Amino acid sequence: MQGFIFPNEFELQWGLLVVLYPYLTGLVAGAFILASLARVFNVKELEPTYRLSLLTALAFLLVAPLPLLAHLGHPFRSYQIFMTPNPRSAMAMFGFVYAWYLMVVLLLEIWFDYREDMVRWARSSTGFRKWFYLILTLGATDLSEKSLKFDRRIGRWITIVGIPSAFLLHGYVGFIFGSVKANPWWSSVLMPVVFLFSAIVSGIALVLFLFIWVELTRGRKVDMGCTDKLASFLFFAMVVDFSLEMLDFVHRLYEAEESIAILGQLVEGRLFISLIVLQVLLGTVLPIVMLLLVSPALRRGGFLSVSQEMRRMLYLGAAALTQIGIFSIRWNVVIGGQLFSKSFRGLTVYNMEFFGLEGLAMSMFLLVLPLFLLWILTKILPPWMDRGEAEAQPG
Amino acid sequence: MKSKESTAPKGTNGATERASGESDPAVDRRAFLRTCGLAAPVLLGVFRPPQDLLSQEVGGQEEILYAMGVDIEKCIGCARCVVACKTENEVPVEEHFFNTWIERYVIQSDGEVTVESPNGGIDGWSEIPGDREILKTFFVPKLCNHCDKAPCVQVCPVGATFTTPDGVVLVDDDYCIGCRYCVQACPYGARWIHPEKHVASKCTFCYHRLKDGLVPACVEVCPTEARLFGELGHRANPLERFRRFNQVQVLKHHLNTEPKVFYANLDGEVR
Repeated sequence: MQGFIFPNEFELQWGLLVVLYPYLTGLVAGAFILASLARVFNVKELEPTYRLSLLTALAFLLVAPLPLLAHLGHPFRSYQIFMTPNPRSAMAMFGFVYAWYLMVVLLLEIWFDYREDMVRWARSSTGFRKWFYLILTLGATDLSEKSLKFDRRIGRWITIVGIPSAFLLHGYVGFIFGSVKANPWWSSVLMPVVFLFSAIVSGIALVLFLFIWVELTRGRKVDMGCTDKLASFLFFAMVVDFSLEMLDFVHRLYEAEESIAILGQLVEGRLFISLIVLQVLLGTVLPIVMLLLVSPALRRGGFLSVSQEMRRMLYLGAAALTQIGIFSIRWNVVIGGQLFSKSFRGLTVYNMEFFGLEGLAMSMFLLVLPLFLLWILTKILPPWMDRGEAEAQPG
Repeated sequence: MKSKESTAPKGTNGATERASGESDPAVDRRAFLRTCGLAAPVLLGVFRPPQDLLSQEVGGQEEILYAMGVDIEKCIGCARCVVACKTENEVPVEEHFFNTWIERYVIQSDGEVTVESPNGGIDGWSEIPGDREILKTFFVPKLCNHCDKAPCVQVCPVGATFTTPDGVVLVDDDYCIGCRYCVQACPYGARWIHPEKHVASKCTFCYHRLKDGLVPACVEVCPTEARLFGELGHRANPLERFRRFNQVQVLKHHLNTEPKVFYANLDGEVR
């Protein structure tokens, strides 16, 4: 503790779990927007990642509410958000935004996209597996050209609805923070926009990482046309995201409101490592430079010609660094916003515990869980586009 | 069926229709829709009968809005109010849980400001070093401002935090889900999470005492009458006298929360 804080401010209200929540929903929204690039905007190179992106979004979306639930004082009362929501509360909309996204957008889109395959898998299997896929088709086993065309058309429409929904999902999370006028670190109209673009960055980076990783572990040749495209999109998204953050930063500095002194202390002291070092230098500037040099974003073949293997490794590295950067953004927003007193006269500290509901161990578990879910999902619904193989061995 | 038809009042649309059996039902539907259309603004609350008219009809009672006045000049920092509040409202005795607390401001001639509130003021105050040139010192009692536009009420996802008709912001312990959004939304640091109940807690203006015709415990015990309590808009009461005879301010006026705790002789350094 440093300076004066209000007596009730001693305890930090939102800990590591609440850092996870915007991080996870950001990955969901980003992965989905990436998938929609392939679908709606017909970016052919990204086709191989389409299904992987959708399943990634689903796996992370399923886990996203868990940290929130674990952090509630009365988790068993959480259903009241659905039963008696306060229409004036930003947070009350959470349940509806989440349910809309899960039920109407993601599950439907995945179902329509996989229906044909599920019917084929059901037909080519026996016993339990046959019934399992039959149940997943919900009885819609018609594979006529007309019905397949219908699947594709509906799928496209769902994606079109899905893009604003994904924007809503994460822009809304930004609004939860950005609308708190009591907190000058959060209160910014740019917050939802910054959240959105950082979500896109994190989603692309995650799928890029997973795609290279999975193709390598499956012993397949990595489609460099696809990874190059992903890397280029990641580069542009990062540039936009970083520009927005800089705009926010410069704007605050220039306006220099009442809170500027304490926020300055915050950035120079408590948040130096997580903001300046991890978020800006390691998590943003370094990957931008890496992508600029080797990806075909600005110049065909990149500015630095390296071997394919090297380029792949640099993409992997840039994607991993980006994840560190995005996680740091979430940390700096959520934790950073609570490290200074609303009296603007002092700073407090965040003591993270290891065990317990809000501890580090729990957070690690919640970070690994979506990857585990994704692994299961790829077993049930193989996303690999090399269809012949997937057909022969679903699972 | 037949007997009903015969008893239906003659001349109304329904009766003639039913009697003839063949007339156009759309006529009736249209009339019905038109009536609904006209009634809709009233039903949806767009047009409402004047509120004062309504309230007179219901109980004939005037609106009560409770509020508190704090005179900084009079506060001696004894923190009896803090102790009384903890006792009256069963606030945990540990540090860091306060419905009300006292802050001491020490402003030096060079402009440096030191604020402290050791255990909310209960533990007394540290000695001010003698080598400093002091411009002024004063105590500031703080509590929930029972804002008219309370951010905490706005953000509560389930409506567990609410404003009573007489303007007091309360929490329903049996309904709060413990999401802590209200604590974040309060600009005054007036809310805390109950360590055993795991719900948001705060000053209630001693609502249970108000209903018995008493003033809040902190007002009751203040030896210098630095705190006083009353109703807004009623001339013959201590709060309105206080507001009339003092230049009063509220905390963080720029946030437009419209607090109902009014301070007299408040220094600009106080946030």
